[in-house]
Amino acid sequence: MSDPESAPARPTPLTGLHRALGARMAPFAGYDMPIHYARGIIEEHLHTRSAASLFDVSHMGQLTIRGADRAEALEALVPGDIAGLAPGRMRYTVLTDEAGGILDDLIVTNVGDYLFVVVNAACKDADIAHMREALPGGCAVEELDRGLVALQGPQAAAVLARLAPGAEALPFMTAAPFEIDGARLAVTRSGYTGEDGFEISIPAGDTERIARMLLDRPEVEPAGLGARDTLRLEAGLCLYGQDIDRTTTPVEAGLAWTVGRRRRAEGGFPGARVILDQLASGPPRRRVGIRPDGRAPARAHTTIRAVGGAAIGEITSGSFGPSIGGPVAMGYVDARASEAGRAVEVVVRDRPLPARIAALPFVPHRYFTGKGG
Amino acid sequence: MADLRYSEDHEWVRVEGDIAVIGISEYAQDQLGDVVFVELPEPGRAVAQGDEAAVVESVKAASEVYAPVSGEVVAVNDPLADDPGLVNREPTGGGWFLKVRMSDPDEVEALLDEPAYRNFVSTL
Repeated sequence: MSDPESAPARPTPLTGLHRALGARMAPFAGYDMPIHYARGIIEEHLHTRSAASLFDVSHMGQLTIRGADRAEALEALVPGDIAGLAPGRMRYTVLTDEAGGILDDLIVTNVGDYLFVVVNAACKDADIAHMREALPGGCAVEELDRGLVALQGPQAAAVLARLAPGAEALPFMTAAPFEIDGARLAVTRSGYTGEDGFEISIPAGDTERIARMLLDRPEVEPAGLGARDTLRLEAGLCLYGQDIDRTTTPVEAGLAWTVGRRRRAEGGFPGARVILDQLASGPPRRRVGIRPDGRAPARAHTTIRAVGGAAIGEITSGSFGPSIGGPVAMGYVDARASEAGRAVEVVVRDRPLPARIAALPFVPHRYFTGKGG
Repeated sequence: MADLRYSEDHEWVRVEGDIAVIGISEYAQDQLGDVVFVELPEPGRAVAQGDEAAVVESVKAASEVYAPVSGEVVAVNDPLADDPGLVNREPTGGGWFLKVRMSDPDEVEALLDEPAYRNFVSTL
């Protein structure tokens, strides 16, 4: 991983737009990114849950994997069912290591002729090197020079339908090409907020124009990485490097659902022995939600302990949840003490504060499945 | 409004007799963003200049508030417990943090006056 302190932050195709909009900028994973705009994190968060927000996520790595046996080849690196992914469908999965730890989490889309893969900004150089090293000679991994924006919120579909008719009909975790104003877009029904919405991959030179068209819609406001973090935390979604990393397995992280049924039977992915064993007999610890009783946020690395007793785990992400109206957190606890509702204590500034283990997500997901309505 | 004096850690002080009213500056609240929690000291506690006197938490992070003067904490702003957003809305008014009975009022003289603080902030 690159040292964010030493290298100058790189711009995204939207860095100029963020500055024009008055964003508070900060380096994130080597990119000059908006943390929030004038209205602040809480308003941006609440607007996303009630209307629609546009996020710049161009710092993330957008990769293609081409080659005859690309799906089977990628299955050697992830526990997900990639070979079974129909054209136009996408899947969340993880790159694992031999110990069952997580090297990165990623979204894989079967575009038809190739796989489109979105990886974390901080991991992308390592991921590309890992894939090039491990995939057979017939597979080529390339990074795309494109912008990526997320349009998220209950009004996202109505907004996009006016610019790209038909996009509103895409079910959650599917993808299709669209064109807006001559720009060729790869649209997916996906996101990182728990709300309905889209991630839209755009040629770099068209990204600002398309972003401005979306922001021109009265329902849409810009939102920064600050709101993106509180939204994903309330939605119970993991942040790589905080909630999951090489020391956590997919089973401990509550991501056992990403291990495909066929993959459970066949194995053949890094760390399969550890992961399949944890699936059979249970992991030693589990990722859970934590809801402090008071108003004090319990942040990452806060110790979680039994009431008046010994440490049972540690918080990995914690902040204020604007939709909850109080502090929310997630972390790992001993599997024997992980049931929702259990009273625990979080040790904030050397003081034990009452808290409870909570079911995730804190805010129900509102994805568009294509059924009903 | 009486003159405010500032520390380079972005606390302000307003002197009322031998009492120093203490809060954080407009610049500090703007840098923090939405304040969601304030932890205040117990009245009666002795604080020395530069000691951690309170904690202010925004959505993003927790920050220490240092005592700009020495003395005994005689009051804290209880409404911040239920309405921490007061710190954003009225940082130098209703969003005050604590009151200290000063043991060395000369400490105030060494703090920055308004123009000097504004000049200091412009260099950040």
